[in-house]
Amino acid sequence: MPIRSVLLVSLCIAVGALAACASDTSAPDGANEELENVQSVALTLVTHDSFAISEGVFEAFFEQTGIRVEVLTSGDVGSLVAQTILSSDNPVGDVVFGVDNTFMQRVLDRSILEPYKTTELVNVPERFQLDSTNRLTPIDYGDVCVNYWIDALNGPPPVALMDLVLPEFSGSLVVQNPETSSPGMAFLLATIAGTPDWEQFWTQLKANSVAVTNSWESAYYSEFIAGGGSRPMVVSYASSPVAEVIYADPPVDVPPTGVLLDSCFRQIEFAGILSGTDHPKEARSLIDFLLSPTFQNEIPMNMFMYPVSQKAELPEEFVKHSQLTENPLSLDPAEIEDKRKAWTERWVEIVLD
Amino acid sequence: MVFLGLFFFYPVLTILASSLTQGWGGFADIFQSSRARGALWFTAWQATASTALTLILALPSAAVIARTDGRTGAWFKALVTVPFVLPTIVVGGAFKELFEGMNSTFGLPNLNHTAIAVIIAHSFFNFAVVARTVGVFWSGLDHQLEEQARTLGSNSRQVFWRVTWPRLKPAILAAAAITFLFSFTSFGVVLVLGGLRQATIETEIYRHAIIRGDMTSSATLALIQVVAVLVLVLVNSTLERRTSVTTRMIRSPITPLRARTKAGITCFTLVFLGTPLFVMIERSLSFGGGYGLQNYRALFDKVPQLPTTAMSALGNSLTYAAIATVVALTVGIICAMAIVTRRKLVSRFFDLGAMLPLGVSAVTVGFGILIALDEAPFDWRTRWWIVPIAHALVAVPFVVRSVVPMLRRIHPSLREAAALLGASPSRIRRQIDVPLIARGIAIAGGFAFAISLGEFGATSFLPRRADTLTAPQAVFRLLGTPGDLLRGQAMALSVVLAVAVAATVITSEMLSFNTANRSRRKSPIGS
Repeated sequence: MPIRSVLLVSLCIAVGALAACASDTSAPDGANEELENVQSVALTLVTHDSFAISEGVFEAFFEQTGIRVEVLTSGDVGSLVAQTILSSDNPVGDVVFGVDNTFMQRVLDRSILEPYKTTELVNVPERFQLDSTNRLTPIDYGDVCVNYWIDALNGPPPVALMDLVLPEFSGSLVVQNPETSSPGMAFLLATIAGTPDWEQFWTQLKANSVAVTNSWESAYYSEFIAGGGSRPMVVSYASSPVAEVIYADPPVDVPPTGVLLDSCFRQIEFAGILSGTDHPKEARSLIDFLLSPTFQNEIPMNMFMYPVSQKAELPEEFVKHSQLTENPLSLDPAEIEDKRKAWTERWVEIVLD
Repeated sequence: MVFLGLFFFYPVLTILASSLTQGWGGFADIFQSSRARGALWFTAWQATASTALTLILALPSAAVIARTDGRTGAWFKALVTVPFVLPTIVVGGAFKELFEGMNSTFGLPNLNHTAIAVIIAHSFFNFAVVARTVGVFWSGLDHQLEEQARTLGSNSRQVFWRVTWPRLKPAILAAAAITFLFSFTSFGVVLVLGGLRQATIETEIYRHAIIRGDMTSSATLALIQVVAVLVLVLVNSTLERRTSVTTRMIRSPITPLRARTKAGITCFTLVFLGTPLFVMIERSLSFGGGYGLQNYRALFDKVPQLPTTAMSALGNSLTYAAIATVVALTVGIICAMAIVTRRKLVSRFFDLGAMLPLGVSAVTVGFGILIALDEAPFDWRTRWWIVPIAHALVAVPFVVRSVVPMLRRIHPSLREAAALLGASPSRIRRQIDVPLIARGIAIAGGFAFAISLGEFGATSFLPRRADTLTAPQAVFRLLGTPGDLLRGQAMALSVVLAVAVAATVITSEMLSFNTANRSRRKSPIGS
C-alpha cells in the first residue's frame, strides 16, 4: 500500500476519532453517564486553577436542587479575569468564581455580570461586601502576609511592617514581582496602604537587600529557608503556617513559621452570574449554595482560604494554628485598578533599576 | 492544512483582529517604550545565543548517536529527550541549586538570575532537538564519500569539515530553527531563571494581557512576534533547500569515533543532562528525614489541592499525548510530503504554515481558541480534546522538521533504479521510502509525545474540566501550597513523567530500529 494511502487512512481515522469526540462531551475517563433525570439542568462554574473542593460537595447540591455543576478551570486569577472579559459575548459558563478585590473593578467596569442579592448575605459581615451593585458576591477571603521561619531568626520576629527595613533584618526578606505574581501585587498594595511613604519604604527595603522573584513558588521554595534557600522571611499567606503543619514531613505539632500580622493585605474572592446565561434561576441557586455551610465549611482545608459566612465552622487545624489580624490592610478596588499601572511602574524604577 | 487553519490560523487571526480594531496606535507606543524595545532585543539575542550554545553542546552527542544503534542508542536517545517533559519550575530549582553550589564550592560567579542561566537552561531543554535530529540524519549519510576522501589522503579533520559537515547542514538548520523558535517564545525559563528585568516578547504579552488587561498592546506584540517568526522561517527554509543533499543509500559503515572521544562526549552528556535529574530524584525519595518510596505511593491518594489523584492526572497526560502524537504525525507528514513534492509556491506555503505554531505565544493561541471556536459548528473550546489538539499544534513543526530533511535526501535515481529492477511502486515505497523516513518518524513521534506530556502554557490558557488536568499542571498545583509532603509528591510526579517519556522513546526507537533493519536485510539494493 503506497504511503499516501496509509496516511489517508490514518487521517480518516483521526478525523473519525475527532468527530466521535465532538459528539461526546465526556472526559477521557468517560465519567459522564446518562442523566437519570431528564429535567435536570447543568450549570458551568468557571474558575481559576487554585480552585479545589472535596468530592461529593456538588453532588449534595445536585440532590437538593437537581442542578449539576461542571467546573471549568483556566489559569490564574488574572487569566480568569482576562478570559471572562474576552469571552463575554458568548460566555464559557454560567457562574464565575475567583475574581478577587485586586481585579474586581476590571470586571465591574464592563456589564458582563448579572446583579443578584442572595439572602445568604445576612450571614456575611459587611466588610466583605465590596460591590454595592451586587454583581459580585463575596465567598472566601485570605490574607497575604510576610511569613518568617521562627528558628532561623537571630532575635525576636518583626512586629510592624516598618520593622522590615531595620538593619537586623538585612538580607532576610524575599518578595515577589508585582508585575508577574498576585501575592507580590498584594504585598505592594499592603505597603501602599500600610506605610506613610511607600516609595521611601521600598527604597529602604532595597537598601536592606530585599530579594525579588517572579513567582510565589520561586520565592517560597528557592529563596525562603523552607525550600533550602537562605532567607528567613517570605511574602506568603496567613494560612501558610497551617499548611506547614498539615503537610509537614516529618510530622510536627506546631508550625515552624509565623506571620507578621501588621503586613497582611486582605484578599477577598467573589462569585458572579455571567450575563447571557440560559439558566439565571439555577445560577442564583448556585450562588446561594456557595454561601451555604455545606460549601463554606469545605473552603479552608481545600483552598487554604477562610469562609466569609459566619455560619461556617473552621476546622481544628485552622483554629489551632492560624493567626488572622483584626485589622488587615486594604485599598479601594477602584483605586487599585486605576493606579495599578503607575504603581507597578514606579515600583520597577525603585526596586529593579 | 484544514487542521492548521481551523485550530491555529482562524483562532489566532480572530484574536489579533478583535484586539487591533482599536487602531494601529499600539505600534507607535511599543516602539517608543524602551521596555518593549528591550524585550524585543533580549528575545532576539538570547534565542540566537541559546541556539548557538545548544549546537555547540549537542553536536558532539549527535556524533555519538549517529554511531550508536540498538539498545544502547535507544537509552542514550531516551536520556537526551527526558528534559523536554520536566516542569520548568522543577528544573529551574535544580539549576539554581547547581549554580549556587558551583559558586560556593568552586568560587564561580553565581549565574542565577542572569541571561547566561536562561541560555544554559534553553540548551538543556533543546539538547534532544539537535542531538537526535542531526544524529539520525548523520547515520543515514552515504559514508563512502568519507572513505574515498581518506583514501585520497585527507586527514580526519579535513574529511569532517569538507565532506561531512556540508552534508549535515540541512539537519543542523532544521534543528537550529526549532531551537531558535523554542527559545524565542520561552516563558517559564525566563521567569524562573532570568533576571527580573529580563523580559521576552512572550512574557510581555502575558504581562499586558493578564496583569494589565491591555489586549491591544498584547496583540500588537503578538503580531510583531508572528512577523519575526515568519521572516526567520523563510530564511531558514531557503537555506535548508539550498543545502539539501540526496543520497544513493549505498550503505557503508560510518567511521567510528576514538573510544576516548566517545567516552568523553557520553560523560559530558550524562553530567549536563543528568545533574538536574539527579537533584529531582534525590528530592523525590527523601521522606521523613530519610529516604523511601512514600512520595511515590502518595501519588495514588487524592490530596485536596488536586481535583483527582496525581496518577489519574498522569493518565490524562498519557491519553492526551497519544492523541496529540497521532494527530501531529498525520498532519506533519502530510505537510512534509507537500513541502518536498509540491511546486515551489505550495511548498513554501506549507513550510511556513507548519512552523508558525511553535513561534506564536501560548496566550495568543489559547485566547484565540477561546473566542474563535465558540459557535456551532465549531463550538469546541471547552471540549476536553481541544487540549491534545493544542499540544499537537506545537508538535507539528517538530514532525515536519524531522521528516523533511529525510524525505529530501531520497535520490530520485534510487527509486528509478528500483523500478528498473522490477519493483512495483508500492514496493518502492515500502522498501525505500518507509525505511528511510522510519527513523525520522520515530524521532518525530517521540518528540510529539514528549511535547504533549510536558506542555504547560497553552493548556493553562484553555478552560478545562477540573478533573482533566494534566500531570505538569498537577506538579504546579502541588507546589502551590507550602509543606514538604506536597513538594515531595511534586518531585515524584516529575520523575514519573520523565520515566514515562524515556520508556516511550526507548520503545519507539527499538521498533523503528527493527523495522529499518528488517527491510534493509530484505532490500535488493541495500548492502
